[in-house]
Amino acid sequence: MAAAAVLDGTPAVVDWPDRYHHVDQILDKPGPRTDPSFLAGNEVKDFLRNKCKILVIGAGGLGCEILANLALSGFKDIHVIDMDTIDISNLNRQFLFRPKDVGKPKAIVAAEFIMKRVPGVIVSPYYGKIQDKDDDYYMQFNLVICGLDSVEARRWINATLVNLVDPENPESLKPLIDGGTEGFKGQARVILPTVSSCYECSLDMLNKPTAFPICTIANTPRLPEHCIEWASVLEWPRVFGDKKLDTDDPEHISWLYTTASARAKEFKIEGVTWSLTQGVVKNIIPAIASTNAIIAASCCNEAFKIATSSAAYLNNYFMLIGVDGVYSYTFEHEKRDDCPVCGGEALDISISKEWTVDRLIEMLIEKQDIQIKKPSLSTTTKQIYFQAPPQLEELTRPNLEKKVSELIEDGDHITVTASTLPFNLTLRIKYV
Amino acid sequence: MSQILSMKKNEDAAKKRKPKTSAAQIRVQKDLTELELSSTMKTHFPDPTDLLNFTLTITPDEGMYKGGAFNFSVNINTNYPHEPPKVKCTQTIYHPNVDLEGNVCLNILREDWKPVLNLNSVLVGMQYLFLEPNADDPLNKEAAEELRRNRDQFIFNVKSSMRGGNLKGVQYDKVLVQ
Repeated sequence: MAAAAVLDGTPAVVDWPDRYHHVDQILDKPGPRTDPSFLAGNEVKDFLRNKCKILVIGAGGLGCEILANLALSGFKDIHVIDMDTIDISNLNRQFLFRPKDVGKPKAIVAAEFIMKRVPGVIVSPYYGKIQDKDDDYYMQFNLVICGLDSVEARRWINATLVNLVDPENPESLKPLIDGGTEGFKGQARVILPTVSSCYECSLDMLNKPTAFPICTIANTPRLPEHCIEWASVLEWPRVFGDKKLDTDDPEHISWLYTTASARAKEFKIEGVTWSLTQGVVKNIIPAIASTNAIIAASCCNEAFKIATSSAAYLNNYFMLIGVDGVYSYTFEHEKRDDCPVCGGEALDISISKEWTVDRLIEMLIEKQDIQIKKPSLSTTTKQIYFQAPPQLEELTRPNLEKKVSELIEDGDHITVTASTLPFNLTLRIKYV
Repeated sequence: MSQILSMKKNEDAAKKRKPKTSAAQIRVQKDLTELELSSTMKTHFPDPTDLLNFTLTITPDEGMYKGGAFNFSVNINTNYPHEPPKVKCTQTIYHPNVDLEGNVCLNILREDWKPVLNLNSVLVGMQYLFLEPNADDPLNKEAAEELRRNRDQFIFNVKSSMRGGNLKGVQYDKVLVQ
């Protein structure tokens, strides 16, 4: 048996006999599909059990499954982030939570449950937003798995991990495994930031939320959903002005429900209920526990293969459609040159401290290997020069005469866009 | 010593934590700086450092809305271009596809929005509404009904509303320029 695992210098709690019997079948010797870099035996076990640090984003339907799978397959240093608290409606599928946990932070309850159930595993929870953490935080992990329900959060973590990549430091490349489910459909994918297609590359493949034509909502409602949208899109702003609709506030939902019901009655439409109202305004698609289980399993399988090199990992997109029967398809989603996150090129340019913005723009236009027409330049916080619209062109025109060094510091980045560029170009400015 | 070193490290970390240019921001910069504004459209940024909120003024040079200046607020959120920009008319106007609260019925602003569309498509779509008001997708039902039934009366109503007239108890904003 393997020697007792050591974590943080202190001997970890029991590894009971044969705990890893089944997993070790894979790790003890190479198979026909193992990567040449696979180090069978103690070395790979030591990495997986003592060194590998993995981050799980989301402790909801997918997250609960992912955490359990990781803990049981031998990952021992797991971190989890979730900004939500437990709702009673989560209990049917988020099986790390019990009725007594309702109202408590998901990340914390999930971490405690796993640590209690699987001795020797350390789960470090963070109850908050992924945006609270900085690059140094994300840099500490070997792998990141996402079980999120938000496009915005996925775009953020994807962009963060892509920006983290430093070509000089191989450690800075953090594989991102992204799982997602919607009813009976699901997807799992492996993203190697800057190397393979990223989340942003496939943004236009997303199903868009169902939106009804506003004129239908206003004039010819036929469905209960039309009445609910009428209440939330047209009536709410008319009655409450600038007051923002809070879809988590029961009083707001109540108002929408009453308003939508009256409208439905007027048009003789049946089916407006409280839960449908909530479902429509929060864009809730019923979550299916078995879809979550399949997708989480796929994600953790990939995490295990990447962490151990014991088998070839997914390249790079697995989709599951369980609507009519069970169908799955795996394909390679291609990286996009015009992807705003991973497609843009970054150029190091060295210029004199005396150069004006105008001179820099001239150089960009003349440079043979870029050939930009009409570039617009900005930093993360300010505009340097915009070609259009007229108001912004006029406002930024005085900058043309200024020295670049007055506007940006050495080593700072300039974002360049132009119609001739696929998307954008990042310039890293060095002064000589 | 180690304490000083760790402090130094934190200082570096804080320095590194610079705001990043988000994909939405870059996309908005690209869309805006490549806008092909005709002489009938004008953008105004109340806060020029905020590219996500601006107003659009349309001054049609033909059609029944000729002579008016129509103002819209355009709000882009950080999930752009996954989500469409929000466009609202800031005046009370008489138009079959714009209601009295300023909601606009334009398919690409809602059900037909796609991330491949851009601000230029939205602006072109908005301009089109004033050249070809559409009675089939009404938001102002009475205006649409009038357009369908009696085009001359509709044009008369448009002109009178643009002068700041009162139609069937609704006071419209004066939008005529000159």
